[in-house]
Amino acid sequence: MPINYYIFFCLTLFSIGIVGVLTRRNAIIIFMCIELMLNAVNLLLVAFSKMHYAAAVAAAPDTTVGGDGQIFVFFIMVVAAAEVSVGLAIIVMMYRNIHSVDINFLNRLKN
Amino acid sequence: MSIIQILFYLLSGLAVFAALMVLLSKNPVHSVLWLIVVFFAISGHYILLNAQFLAIVNLIVYAGAIMVLFLFVIMLMNLNAATEPNQHIWMKLAGVIAGGCFLVMLVSLASQAGDMANKTVLMKEGNIGLIKELGKILFNEFVIPFELTSVLFLSAMVGAVVLGKKDNTQ
Repeated sequence: MPINYYIFFCLTLFSIGIVGVLTRRNAIIIFMCIELMLNAVNLLLVAFSKMHYAAAVAAAPDTTVGGDGQIFVFFIMVVAAAEVSVGLAIIVMMYRNIHSVDINFLNRLKN
Repeated sequence: MSIIQILFYLLSGLAVFAALMVLLSKNPVHSVLWLIVVFFAISGHYILLNAQFLAIVNLIVYAGAIMVLFLFVIMLMNLNAATEPNQHIWMKLAGVIAGGCFLVMLVSLASQAGDMANKTVLMKEGNIGLIKELGKILFNEFVIPFELTSVLFLSAMVGAVVLGKKDNTQ
């Protein structure tokens, strides 16, 4: 597959995530759209990893070029898991205080 | 058209459709279920790219653990009805236009980039995505970041417990 197809597909997923963050008001759905953007980036990293591997494997069959891209994806998943646990705890606390997850109520810093 | 191309278009279409349904569904539980469909489609992409380790980790961590966490929070807060108030249509339109401009700008940039021309991705071959090769890289070059993630997880766990604890001081 040409790399351009993967770039366009991942950009589409990323833009859908951005539109979700901009249009929805529910804090949990905004969080899910952030996960969507992270996954689009992960898929693009793996595609680029296989692109560099395809260029290097012709010269040396046992090369490990491009493996660090997939390790990066692994670390992104780790950070996303930690982020989700803390973020959902914040959302639960916010729901306990204002009995809603609508982010329009969170405007106290404005005044 | 080969079977790889058919699978690529099928999985891409499924992922984009499910991602749109995440935005369009009113019920948050339905959004979570559609997001799980997106993650399964992306795992299928990983298998197409022969990144088997990441495909399984994506299924276990994202579709298994993180989405269950989302479902728990939604059901504990009893949000499974559509509670979102209707906001102004112009606000939604502005968001869609901003995201669309972002997409058009990056697509035009990527299609003009000379570095990306005539580059192909190796499908269903290459052993770089297998656990053996990735484990060697992870425990040789990236062993210090790997150990640091344990500290990150510990702090995230402590943070979640502290935030979720009931405040008894008042």
